Amino acid sequence: MTPKTIRRLLTWVVLIPLFASGLGRIAGAGGILLSAQALQGGQPAATGEFVPVSELPPEAQLPAAPLVVAAYAVAWIMIIGYVFTLWRRLGTVQRELTDVTRRLGERQRGA
Amino acid sequence: MLTRLFTPLVVVAAVLFAGAPFMIAGAPYESTMGLVQKIFYFHVPSAMVMFLSAFVCGIASAAYLFARRAGADRVAFAAAELTVVFGIIVLITGPLWGRKAWGVWWQWDARLTSTLVMWMIFVAYLLLRKYAGAGAEKLAAGLALFGMANVPFVYWSVNVWRTIHPKTTVVPTLGPGMRGAFWWCVVAFLALYGALMAARVRLGKQQAELDSLYLALEDQD
Repeated sequence: MTPKTIRRLLTWVVLIPLFASGLGRIAGAGGILLSAQALQGGQPAATGEFVPVSELPPEAQLPAAPLVVAAYAVAWIMIIGYVFTLWRRLGTVQRELTDVTRRLGERQRGA
Repeated sequence: MLTRLFTPLVVVAAVLFAGAPFMIAGAPYESTMGLVQKIFYFHVPSAMVMFLSAFVCGIASAAYLFARRAGADRVAFAAAELTVVFGIIVLITGPLWGRKAWGVWWQWDARLTSTLVMWMIFVAYLLLRKYAGAGAEKLAAGLALFGMANVPFVYWSVNVWRTIHPKTTVVPTLGPGMRGAFWWCVVAFLALYGALMAARVRLGKQQAELDSLYLALEDQD
């Protein structure tokens, strides 16, 4: 398994399913966002009477959807970022290996 | 062996991560926290992988220090990098959840503080490997043993001390609707971890080969 093959696999098999399903689902899940609006005030037990949103405790007023989206975005960015750095480092090392092997071969032939 | 497992692990991870959003969206809402609890499905598996990686780093470092196995050092270095990466995911997704659930971004309680300290130990490992020069491998390996020893403290901290963080009884008592999505994500993260370890260890091996080729080149000069 050469680094080049590893890099190809990292690109195709990891990134394509990611973009095909994960980001689309998280960003476009209309049902989740609509449900979030319904659930925003629902963390403590339901009150017996109408309570305006402005009178709820601060944590109950905070919308949850941006926090959820941000959490998943951070996870994906970290994973993709690390995969990208691995890919670049593998490429650099492979290029240097090819170059040094060639130079050694030339030296040995010259000697 | 790890390199041979790379392709199957990548395929498994890709399939599981493609299905994870559907599993997470299909899991029921938690009764008190609602939508924000869905962060759990990435936060906890990331933490489990971080702990696993810390153990792998510690064990490999012990093998390097006491059995002098060069391959073990490459595994330890790879595991330390992944401990830091998954630790960042845990330390960011947790406060995002906590902001809504607890009303604060951060609390200096036992679980959060000990996790941050453990993460910093492995950041120190990476800094040692990068900047400490000759002998850095052995210094870093010694540090990794302390990092590994931290893992049980971090895990049991919620049971021993009074802490705002949920206890370890949450996962075993998950409802049936949440259990499937949770373990799906755990397996996805484990497969991803295995694939990343395989690639990173391969990188370490190639770097070692490059170093020996450069030495051979210098010998010829």
